[in-house]
Amino acid sequence: MTLMAIAFYLMAAVTLVAGLLVVTARNPVHSVLYLILAFFSAAGLFVLLGAEFLAMLLIVVYVGAVAVLFLFVVMMLDVDFIKLRQGFANYLAPGAVVAGILAFELVFVGWAVAERGAAAGKTPQTATAEATNIQTIGLELYTTYAYIFEAAGFVLLVAMIGAIVLTLRHRTYVKRQDIFKQVTRRRKDSVAVVPAKTGEGIQE
Amino acid sequence: MDANFWAGPIGWTIITVGQALAVIMGVMVSLAFLLWGDRKVWAGVQMRKGPNVVGPFGLFQSFADFFKFVFKEVIIPAGADKAVFLLAPLISFVLAFAAWAVIPFAPGWVVSNINVGILYLLGISSLGVYGIIMGGWASNSKYPFLGGLRSAAQMVSYEVSIGFILVTVILLTGSMNLSDIVNHQKSSILNWNFLGGSLASLLGGNLWALIPLVVMFPIMVMFFISALAETNRPPFDLPEAESELVAGYQVEYSSTPYLLFMIGEYANIVLMCAMITILFFGGWYLPFPIDGLGMPAWLETVVYLLTFIGKVVFWFIMFALVKAIVPRYRYDQLMRLGWKVFLPLSLVAVVIIAAYRVYGGAL
Repeated sequence: MTLMAIAFYLMAAVTLVAGLLVVTARNPVHSVLYLILAFFSAAGLFVLLGAEFLAMLLIVVYVGAVAVLFLFVVMMLDVDFIKLRQGFANYLAPGAVVAGILAFELVFVGWAVAERGAAAGKTPQTATAEATNIQTIGLELYTTYAYIFEAAGFVLLVAMIGAIVLTLRHRTYVKRQDIFKQVTRRRKDSVAVVPAKTGEGIQE
Repeated sequence: MDANFWAGPIGWTIITVGQALAVIMGVMVSLAFLLWGDRKVWAGVQMRKGPNVVGPFGLFQSFADFFKFVFKEVIIPAGADKAVFLLAPLISFVLAFAAWAVIPFAPGWVVSNINVGILYLLGISSLGVYGIIMGGWASNSKYPFLGGLRSAAQMVSYEVSIGFILVTVILLTGSMNLSDIVNHQKSSILNWNFLGGSLASLLGGNLWALIPLVVMFPIMVMFFISALAETNRPPFDLPEAESELVAGYQVEYSSTPYLLFMIGEYANIVLMCAMITILFFGGWYLPFPIDGLGMPAWLETVVYLLTFIGKVVFWFIMFALVKAIVPRYRYDQLMRLGWKVFLPLSLVAVVIIAAYRVYGGAL
């Protein structure tokens, strides 16, 4: 058995066990931590495939950003475990159906990948001496798939605008700080020296 | 022993472990003195003496502190999540040192010269949040939790602008490999990235080279400020603002776990100094070319190494001075600076630098 194979089985095992623990862990925060471990070992699998760029992206995007927000939300929640488990039996049947469909699809996809499915007849591009991984991906992505790439960008833009529209509220009673106003304020705009006579005060 | 042994798996493992140990020990020992220097600078600004008892000029203060931390009792709060509580400082510590694997100290002096070096650094520094957020949560206490949340929000926010700043440097130099980035800035200060990396061509009459000069200098300043925020240094040390949160996520930590947190924090700060040096200030190169002086190769390497260390120390002193001089930011202002000032500015910089790369003539 080569070193490659040992590393692969090790990381695949860690990924699977971590994935299982995500579902079975009692504490939701532990679940998220196991999820992060699963992401991390999946990134390791990418490195084994020679796709170090994808591995880094997986870590930066999923572990560094998505999972942090996940952890944020889960930590803030006050989850009542007893309540969560109460309806377990009621949801068992529909849950099993969904799980069955998903498992079927996964097997199907795995089969297609093994048969090289849509990619049949094409050789995967890998890093060469002239072009690194990143250059190869960039060349392929921005020439062959340029329009699809831009369409994906638009989808993300729409999603972003949607999120902003959903959460943006103008509350009139909140006093906001206007830095520009503060910085551009001058003495003559805000201070007036008025001579006041003793005992009379200032008449407006 | 034949030469093939060192190229084989066992020899390679031995060499790499040796290099990693050398880097870790080197960084650790320098950290001890940098910590002392940090306190000395801080004391100097406040007209105090600073640590001056242990050893000459108090040089060994950090070692005394080290032994004090290590010999104290580890206290784990009763309500804490024990495993996560102890895992958090370990994560902080390990990640802070893992990042050093891709830092080139001198030509060829790098543990792992990978092509995605910058992305690796970005990935590792984005993982650094976990140590803090896990520590804050596992302490099962209000102040650490608030500190952890603050810190996570802050680091995630500033990572975005740091990412875009890194993109400008990548665009300018055309590589994600840190050694290539340094080599792109070789021969003289005119080629350093904080001056746009092509000042020589500007002096030669290529007016397009004015664009990176105008863009990169503010970008360098933004990187420095973002690095302060990313490492939770004053004036952005809100996660551990002692006036409101006691010490943030570290409140419940004592002895060795606390020490791990602190060493990790300082290792990250020095890492940021090294990154500024590599990305903007020519890495190991001196401001003037030295290859014409006829030095032997080993002496050249030593000079380069010392230059690199000197630059890192310079930036560390800047970090220390900022800590001593600048008052703490308010949290909403910190967020405003990150999202409303740095993010748009760095985005614009990416667009300008990309346009310059395409239309700005030869590089």
